[in-house]
This record gives sequence, structure tokens and C-alpha cells, in this order.
Amino acid sequence: MSIFTRSVPFRANTIKALNDPSLRSALRHATETFAQKRSEAKASVPFEAWRDDASAMRSDVLSNLSGYLDLFRARAVRAGATVHLAKDAGSAREIIVSVLKQFSAKRIVKSKSMITEEIHLNSYLHQQGFNVVETDLGEYIIQLAQESPSHIIVPAVHKTRRQVGRLFAEKLGCDYTEDPFVLTKIVRRVLRDEFVSADAGISGANFAVADSGSIVIVTNEGNGRMVTTLPPLHIAVFSIEKIIPSLADLPKLLRTLTRSATGQTLSSYVSVITGSRKPGETTGATELHLVILDNGRSEIVNGEFREILKCVRCGACMNVCPVYRTVGGHAYASTYPGPMGIILTTLLERMERAHTLLDATTLCGACAEVCPVKVPLPRLLRRLRELRVEQDFTTQMERRGMDGFALAAQSPRIFHLGQKVARLSWPLLKKLDGNGALVRMPRPDPVTFTRRMQ
Amino acid sequence: MRVQLFGTCLVDTFFPETGEATLKLLRHFGVDVVYPHGQTCCGKPADSGGYSGAARKAAEHFISVFEGNDPIVIPSGSCASMVKNHYPELFKNDRRMKEKAEAVAERTYELTQFLVHVLKVHEAGLQGKGSITYHSSCQLTRELGVREEPLLLLESLRGAKFIQLPRADRCCGFGGIFMARLPEVSMALADEKADAIVSTGAETVTGCDHGCLMNIADALNRRGNAVKVKHIAAVFAEGLE
Repeated sequence: MSIFTRSVPFRANTIKALNDPSLRSALRHATETFAQKRSEAKASVPFEAWRDDASAMRSDVLSNLSGYLDLFRARAVRAGATVHLAKDAGSAREIIVSVLKQFSAKRIVKSKSMITEEIHLNSYLHQQGFNVVETDLGEYIIQLAQESPSHIIVPAVHKTRRQVGRLFAEKLGCDYTEDPFVLTKIVRRVLRDEFVSADAGISGANFAVADSGSIVIVTNEGNGRMVTTLPPLHIAVFSIEKIIPSLADLPKLLRTLTRSATGQTLSSYVSVITGSRKPGETTGATELHLVILDNGRSEIVNGEFREILKCVRCGACMNVCPVYRTVGGHAYASTYPGPMGIILTTLLERMERAHTLLDATTLCGACAEVCPVKVPLPRLLRRLRELRVEQDFTTQMERRGMDGFALAAQSPRIFHLGQKVARLSWPLLKKLDGNGALVRMPRPDPVTFTRRMQ
Repeated sequence: MRVQLFGTCLVDTFFPETGEATLKLLRHFGVDVVYPHGQTCCGKPADSGGYSGAARKAAEHFISVFEGNDPIVIPSGSCASMVKNHYPELFKNDRRMKEKAEAVAERTYELTQFLVHVLKVHEAGLQGKGSITYHSSCQLTRELGVREEPLLLLESLRGAKFIQLPRADRCCGFGGIFMARLPEVSMALADEKADAIVSTGAETVTGCDHGCLMNIADALNRRGNAVKVKHIAAVFAEGLE
């Protein structure tokens, strides 16, 4: 069937993941640690009230997004930044390359950014002859291994420290060690030279502040500061929904974001960058270019899935998701995994590619319980399943089964007949059942409860 | 007091003893139980699969069968939540049906919710036996908000020892259509749940949803474990003998 050829082979990917014991143990350890730290971090604060505040602010932004964007552009330009609007991934990549060429930049350092993953920036820059080095430790590991992030805030979460030790020994020629402290020191040394010699720094932005034209970057490793201040040129790429109204709103998101993401009361660094370096200032890039990406979002913001754009990318929903916890991010074969990822991927990349990802939820609701901005994830997931049916991305067998179900549910006579047929043909049904769900169920009882009640 | 009992299609087809236990338990507390014979399935499997058309047909049938004003009692958190939370949503574009759905939702209770909130059975004084642990199912806790009610009743069982299940609120991997779509992940999650159950050393594991219990029983069977899997109604009804 042609409609299924472009889709993510999610079930096959899950089977592969389930057969990888080191992946499973890395995932178990990481997701449990993060979920645990999150619970501890919220225990002594009025977290529910904070979630309400954060959620209300994000909703307000989305209802007035174009107004806030206009304000942001005007203020950012006034502060000395150059602002570019990119309609899609391709135009974002081209804008970035033309800015790099304009300033003859060849060597680029990057701080962690999911948007640059979404637009597949690194491979494009590489093709165009640029030298790009990721400087977030996790991203650096992933880049060395030539992989993609498997978690939006912990990109190398799927790797054990033994695997990292072997990777470093092989690629960097250092002695094998699995001591995280030593491994980090090795990366620090390598990256120091990169920072000093870079012509340009590329970052994302966690938030873009409308009334001051600032961008905000939340990091733990300090590499973000290096990337955005050492090279003469700084390019920040972020999507339109990252806007917040003013700096006074920032604490509302910071206190919920970092607690939800890593269980920290605050991250080690919060950088607020307003425009380029001004006369008399001693730090900061002399050229600041902001690339604001739409890539389908202005369509989403006007539709019934608007609330997914409230997401602040903390990763809490994936840490508690039974499916993500079990198979990890690579199985989703998309930039954003886990509950928020399934929704965003389906909307950004269309049903044709993403319909299989809609299987990746038990609708257990654990994600909605932890989301710091109260995105109704299970409701959106269920609604997308409804669209999957409406757009005919389910198997004919399942559709026929559901037609039969509807008939039986409306007619006790057909329902009872169905029960009888199922009981009598149970061994045959089990044999015919390709998925093996029936094997895990008991045989129907010879005397149903309804019969017993007569 | 008179109630209407919705057995659920799983109980009706696979676990009729649980239906009988529910009946016995309600009668023990002086409830007059009516069993509407036209009942089939609440439509949950279709609804969570995205088949709203089929789900609406099941919902319409349910609403027509469960007429009147008596409370509707359901020994399943998932089915009770379907009626209480999803029926009104299914008919949001049909004012007449939406009103009916809301009225039905209003008088629907999951079994332990009914025992604790309507019958005010806090310390049931029922007889239990052995050691028991409890899996809290997802729709029961997160959609219906029924967290403490089953625990209150289980902890008050005389002669039984209640053992808290670690990570009791984690999904067991059943998920209706999920079990058929991603059977390998479903089994891995059920295995994780079975590990937690075995770690308690309890002789019996109970819960309020036969979907989860069926999935858990399969995981325990696969490893040849002797932990008994019983619906909460059966645990309580045993003490009445």
C-alpha cells in the first residue's frame, strides 16, 4: 500500500529498541532520575499555581502572536539586531548561509538548539563547506557519533558512559576512560580552541522577549555564553511561538521550565541577549542576526491544535511517557519524540509520514500531569487519532472491524452472537490474529454475565 | 437505593464472576440492582482508537438503554470515564444528544467511587485474606480522579495485609487498541508492572479495571508466577461468603 511507504516504521523501530539492553538501561536510569528530581523540585513550592500562571501566559501569547511578533521585531532592530523571517526550513537554511557568507565566516560553534535540528542545519552547512562544531556536551557526543538527539534536552540520553568512553577513544585518540569528570575535561580542552577560533556562533533561543527585543538562552554548561559572546557574529534561530510579552514574564516560565526539565530550581546560566555589542561594551557579538522560523506554525496557531505551541520544550512529558521510557527517542525517527513530539511531528510533517507515531500512546495521561504549561496532550493525541481515521490512514481490516463493532454495540442481538462466535472460534481467531493481542487474552466465558443475569 | 449496573463488555464476555461479585457487593450494602439487558459496550475501544463514529453509535445505544434517574454503577474506571468524560465530548456538536449525554454522565459512578461517595462506605468492615497489592489504572486516577477510594476500602479489610505497589500509577501497557498496535511495547510495560508486583511479595494483585488486570495476568502467567489477579469487586465479595 503506497500510503504506508513514507511513514515512520515505528513498530519495527520499537522492536529494535526493545532488543538493545544498554539502551534500555540508559533510558531507565535517565528517565527515572529526571522524573524523581522533578517531583522533589516541585514538592516545596506552589507548583500547581505556577503551572496555571505559565499556561495562562502562553495562551495569551498565542492568541496575540502576530502583534507580539511585530513588537519583538521592532524592539530587536532598535537594539541593534538584524531580524529575518523564514517561512520554512529551506529559507531558514538559506538565510543562515547568506549571513555566514556576508561575514566570511567559515568556522562555526553551536550551542544546543532543537530548531536547528528541525531544519537539518548541520548537514546543510557541512554540504556547503562550513566547519560546524556542537559545543553542548550531549550534542558534541551525538555529533561525534554521527547520530541525532534522542531527547530534546538530553540529546545523548541513550548512550551509556562506557559507550561515550569508547567513542572518545576512537574519535579523539585519547585513552579510554568512563569517568564522566575526565570525559568532560577532555571535551572542554577540545572545545576551548574551537571557541577561540570560531568566526560565528549559532544558537537557538528558549524565549524571545517582545517588549525588549531580547532573546533568552537557558543552559547549564556555559557553552551558550561562549557561543553567543566570543565570535564576532552570532546567529540565533528560533520559532515564532517562543515569544513572551516582557522580561517580567520570564520568571513564570523559568521556575516551571527548569524544575520540569532537570529538577533544578534554576539552570546554571540564563543569558538575556539584547541586541549586538554597543560602543563601550567589552563583550558580545558585534553582529547579531535573528532568524525567526515559521515552518507551518502560523497555520497551527490558527487551528484546533494551537495549544501544542504553548510547549516550552522541557522534556518532562517524555520522561514519564511509558512508550518513550521503554523505547527511547530514536524510534520516533523525528526531531521531537515523546508525547509533544508525536503531536508536533504529525502537524509539521503531515499525517502521511507521522500516522504510525500515533500508535505510540496508551493515552495514560501521565504527560498531561507533568506538563508545566498544561498542554492537553492526551486530548490532542486522541484528536489526531480521529483525524488519522478520517484521512484513511488506518488499515482496511481495522476499519472493517470497527464497522462491525459499531453494529454490535447498537444491537444486543448481534453483540451476543459476536460473543458466541468469538468463544467458539477462539483458537482459530488467535491463529489468524497477526498482532498477537488475542493470545494474551483469556477465552470468552461459556456463560456471559448477561446470561447469568437472566 | 436503586442503581443500574453496567457490567462492561470485558466482564460480560470474559469475567462474568466479577459481575456477580459486583452484584453481591452492592446487594450486601442494601442496594437494589437493576441490570438493563440491552447493554453492550460503552464504545471506549473505538473512541481511544479515533473511531468517533463507531464510538458515538455505542454511546447512543448506552444512553438509550440506561434511561431513568438511578445512579449507574460501573466496575471499571476506564468505562466510567468514557461515559462521564468522553460522552459529552463526543456529542459536542449535537445539542440534544449532548444534554442527554451530560445527564447520563452526571449519574455515572465507578464502583469504588460509588461505595465511598454515595454509600459512604468508608470502613466497609469486610473480611479479606492474605496479602494484597493494588494497581491504580490510568483513566480511573487521571480522568476520574479516583485515587484514594480503592485504597481506603482495601486498607480497611479485616484479616488482610495491604502492601503498597511501587509506582502504582504507571501505565501497565494495556491501552485498548495500543495492545494490538504495539504488542511488544505493551508486553514490555506489562513485564515492568509484573516486576513491581512480584517485588511486593503480595499473594494477590487487584485493581478496578479488567483491561489492565488481563494484561497484568498475562505478564505474570508468562513467567509462571503464582500471584493471583482479582478485580477489586471480587476481593471484597470474597469476604461476604
